[in-house]
Amino acid sequence: MAENLEELDQHIRACIAIFVALLCLTVITVAVSYLNLPVPATITLALCVALVKGSLVVSYFMHLVSEKKLILWSLSLTVIFFIILMVLPVVTDLDVISHTITVKH
Amino acid sequence: MSTIEIPYVSKPRPDTGLVNAKLGIWLFLASEVMLFGGLFSAYVLLRIGAEIWPEGVSILNVPLATLNTVVLISSSITMVMAWASLVRRDINKYRFYNYITIACGLIFLVVKYFEYSAKLHHGLFPSESTFLAIYFTLTGLHVLHVIGGMLVLAYLQFIGSKMWNTDPARFTGRVECAGLFWHLVDLVWIFLFPTLYLM
Amino acid sequence: MADTTITEEKKSEVSHEEHHEELSFLRKYIFSTDHKMIGIQYTITGGLFLFFGFGLMMLMRWSLAYPDQPLPILGFLVGNNGIMTPDTYNTFGAMHGTIMVFMGVVPLAFGAFGNFVLPLQIGAVDMAFPKINAFSYWCLFVGGVIMLASFFLPEGAAKSGWTSYAPLADIDIGLGQTFWLVGMIFLITSSLMGSINFIVTAIQLRAPGMTYMRLPFFVWTQLVTAVLLLLAFPPLEAAGLLQLMDRVAGTSFFLPTGLVISGEVADISGGGSPLLWQHLFWFLAHPEVYVLILPAMGIVTEVITNNARKPVFGYKLMVYSLIFLGFMSFSVWAHHMFMTGMGTTLNAFFQTTTMIISVPSVIILSCLFLTLWGGSIRFNTPMLFALGFLPMFGIGGLTGLPLGLSASDIHLHDTLYVIGHFHYVVAPGTLFGLFAGIYYWFPKVSGRLMNETLGKLHFWGTLIFMNLVFFPMLIQGMAGINRRLHDGGASYADATAIIDPGFYSHAANYLYLNKWMSMSAWALGLVQIIFLVNLLWSIKKGKKVGRNPWNATTVEWAAPSPPGHGNFESAVEVYNGPYEYSVPGAAKDFSPQFEKGAST
Ligand code: HEM
Ligand SMILES: [Cu+2]
Repeated sequence: MAENLEELDQHIRACIAIFVALLCLTVITVAVSYLNLPVPATITLALCVALVKGSLVVSYFMHLVSEKKLILWSLSLTVIFFIILMVLPVVTDLDVISHTITVKH
Repeated sequence: MSTIEIPYVSKPRPDTGLVNAKLGIWLFLASEVMLFGGLFSAYVLLRIGAEIWPEGVSILNVPLATLNTVVLISSSITMVMAWASLVRRDINKYRFYNYITIACGLIFLVVKYFEYSAKLHHGLFPSESTFLAIYFTLTGLHVLHVIGGMLVLAYLQFIGSKMWNTDPARFTGRVECAGLFWHLVDLVWIFLFPTLYLM
Repeated sequence: MADTTITEEKKSEVSHEEHHEELSFLRKYIFSTDHKMIGIQYTITGGLFLFFGFGLMMLMRWSLAYPDQPLPILGFLVGNNGIMTPDTYNTFGAMHGTIMVFMGVVPLAFGAFGNFVLPLQIGAVDMAFPKINAFSYWCLFVGGVIMLASFFLPEGAAKSGWTSYAPLADIDIGLGQTFWLVGMIFLITSSLMGSINFIVTAIQLRAPGMTYMRLPFFVWTQLVTAVLLLLAFPPLEAAGLLQLMDRVAGTSFFLPTGLVISGEVADISGGGSPLLWQHLFWFLAHPEVYVLILPAMGIVTEVITNNARKPVFGYKLMVYSLIFLGFMSFSVWAHHMFMTGMGTTLNAFFQTTTMIISVPSVIILSCLFLTLWGGSIRFNTPMLFALGFLPMFGIGGLTGLPLGLSASDIHLHDTLYVIGHFHYVVAPGTLFGLFAGIYYWFPKVSGRLMNETLGKLHFWGTLIFMNLVFFPMLIQGMAGINRRLHDGGASYADATAIIDPGFYSHAANYLYLNKWMSMSAWALGLVQIIFLVNLLWSIKKGKKVGRNPWNATTVEWAAPSPPGHGNFESAVEVYNGPYEYSVPGAAKDFSPQFEKGAST
C-alpha cells in the first residue's frame, strides 16, 4: 500500500466515525422493530437502514470509495446480475397462470 | 521450489494499479455476493408465496442477535485497525488488534451456539416451517463463513506472519484481503439480521 | 558451489535464473503447480470422464434400440440379467448429462485449454495463483470421485436427470442424489477458483505490449467464460445447498404444500416452490451452455485464421459481440421454462431476449465464414475440425430458434428435438472445437505432430456418424417422441396410437430410426479408437517439430515445444495484433506478435 500516512490517519478517523454510526443505526433499527408498525413499513425501514449500513461498510471499511476503476467495473457487473437475481422471485409471481379463466358466451 | 516469479504479487501493476491478490479477492467476494444473493432471492420468493409468515421477533431472540451485530461491527473496526498498524509498520499492534478480531469472532460463535441450542431444545427444527428452514440455512452458511474467516485470521496471526520479515508489502496485502473477506461476513450479517429477526 | 550460495541469497532479485532443481515425482506430476502440468492433468481427467460418459450412453443406446432385451456380452454392467430397467436407464441418463457437462466438457474446454494455452498466449510465466490452480484441479478430482462412487451405492447414482428438478430429486430414495449434490459443490468450487485465477491472470499477467485489443480471441473467450462461471455458478451452489437441506434436514424449500407421493400426502411442512429450483438452476445453466461453447469458438478462431492465412474478419466486432453475448446470457434463462405456466408477459419477455442473444452468435459465426473468403486455405486436420464446427454449430443454433419461441416450444419441449438441438451445439460443435484444439496445440505440448492420415480418417468418421446419431433425433422429436424414455418412445407411440390412431400414429413411423442411431453411436465409438491410437502413438513416434510448426502469429509459439518451467527463455514483448497474416510488404506471410517490426 503506497498510501501515505496522513491519508491513512484520515481514513482511520473516518472508519471510527462510521463505527459509531453503525452502532447507532443498529440501535435505531432494533428500536423501530419494537414499535409494531405495519409490516410493509417495518420491512421498508429495516431494509433502508440495512442498505445505509451496508454501503458504509463497503465504502469505508472495504475502502471502495478510493478503489481502482477495474474493481468498480467488475463490481458494477455483479450488482446488475444481483439485481436480476432479486427480480427473479418477483417475476415468478407476475402472472402465473393459476387464475380461473371465465369464458363468456 | 523453483525460481519462476509471478509478477505483481507485492507491487501493483502500473496500468491497473492493483496487485493480483486484490483483484482476486474482489472477484471472490463478487461470487460470494451472488451466492448469498441466490439464497436471499429464495427467501423473497418463499415469503411472497407463503400464506402466513411469522414475525422474526416471535420466534427468534432479538437481544442476542443485536449483541452479535455489535460484536461483528466491532470486529470489523479492529480489523481495519490491524491492517492500518501494518501500514504503519507496527507488527505488535497488528497482532494485538488481530487477536481482538479473532476473539470477537469467537464470541459471535458462542452466542450463536446458545441461540441454536435454544431453538433445537424447543423442537424448532429446520423441518418445522419454511421460516425456520431459511433461518437455519442462511445463518448456518454465515456461521461457516465466520469460521472460515477466523481460520484465515489465525493463520495470519501465527504461521503466516513469518512473511512480515521477508516481504512486508505482500503480507500487508494479505491482511488487507483477509480484512475484505471479514468485512463481507459483517456485511452479510448486516442484511441477515433485519431480514430474519426484525421483519 | 559458491555460485549456488549467491543465488540462494539473492533469490528474490534474480528473476530468470535457470535453476535445475530435481523436483520429486509427486511435486512434478501429481501436486504440480505448473499451469502446463495442471492443464495436462485436466486434459487426462476430463478426457477420461468424457469417454466414461460416452460409454454410459453407448449402453443406453442398446436399451433405446432393443428395449427390454438382454444386453449381449456387457450385460453384467447393468445387472438384472443384462436387461436395462427404466431405473438404470434414468441413472445412466442423469449421470451421462452430469458427467459430460460438468466433468467432461468444462474441465477440457476451460480447465485444460485455458490452463495450458492462456498463460502462454499472453506471454505469462504461469497463472497468477499457481497453488489455487492446483487446488481447483483437486476439487474437480474429489468431486469426480464422489460422483463415480455414487454408482456403487445400494440404490445407485442420481436418477433425476442432470437438471435434478424438484420435487422429484428431493424425494428420490437412497443416497445417490445426495452424493450428486455434494459432488456438485466440489465441482462448483473448482470452477469458481479456476475462473478467479483465469480473470486475474488475463488481466494482470499480460506481457508488455499485450493490450486488450491485441489479445487473441481465444483469450477473450476464456475471459468471458470465466466471468460467466464466476457469477452464474454461485446461485446454483445456493440452490444445491437448499436441495441438500431438503434431503438431509427435511426442509421443504422445493416441496409444495399438499405434495402427494405415491398416493399419499407427504409428511412435510410444505410451503416450498418447485419453480424456485428451476429458476436458480437455469440462472446458472443457460450461462453454462455458453461456458460450453465459447472456448470452442475461441479455439476455432485461432485455427481458422492460422490456416486461412488471413487476419480474422472483424476482430473488434467479434470481441464486442462476445461481451454482449456473455452479458445477455444472464437474462434468457426462463426460455427453458415456457411450459411451467409462467404466463404470457414473461414468455414474451424471455422469447424476445432469446431472439436478441442469437444475433451476436450469428455475427461471430459470420465473421469466421468471412475469414475464409479469399484465403489460401490449408486443409490439415485441425482445420478440418474447425471447418466442421461452423455448419454443425450453425445447425445447433438454428434449431434453437423454434425452441426459443414459446408457441413452437409447446410442441417441441421435452422431445428428442431438444436433445438433437443441444447435442448439435455441444457434440459436433464443442467437441469438434476441442478436437481441433488438440490437433493444433499437440505440437506445443509434446514437441511432435499428430499423424495426418489418421487425423483425417478420424475427422470424416466422426463427422458422418455424429450426424447420423443426432439428425434423426430432430425428426423423432418433431414427430412428438418424448426424451428420457428407456424404450426410445415405443410405449409413447403405443399410448398415443390408442388415443387417436389416425392422428398420432406418426410417432410409431419413426421408431425404426432408433436402431440406426444406435448403430451410428457405436460406430462413432469405434472411430474414436483411431483418435486414441493416434494420440498415444504420436506422443512417442510423431514427427518432431520446432517452436512454430504452423507458422502462427500468437505468442505461445515463441516458447520452446514443450515449454520449460517458466515458459519463455527471455521475457516476451508484444508488438502487434494477434492475427497479422499475409501483411502486404512483409517478408513472410505471417507477422508474429512477438517479433518487432514483423508487420512492416
Ligand atoms: C457423442 C455422443 C453422444 C451421444 C450418442 C449422446 C446421446 C444422448 C441422448 C440420446 C440423450 C437423451 C437421453 C434421454 O433424455 O432419454 C442425451 C442426453 C444428454 N446429453 Fe448426450 N450424447 C452424446 C454426447 C454428449 C456430450 C458431449 C454432452 C455434453 C456436453 C452431452 C450432454 C447431454 C445432456 C446434458 C443430456 C441431458 C441429460 C438429461 O436429460 O438429464 N451428451 N445424450
Ligand atoms: Cu438456454
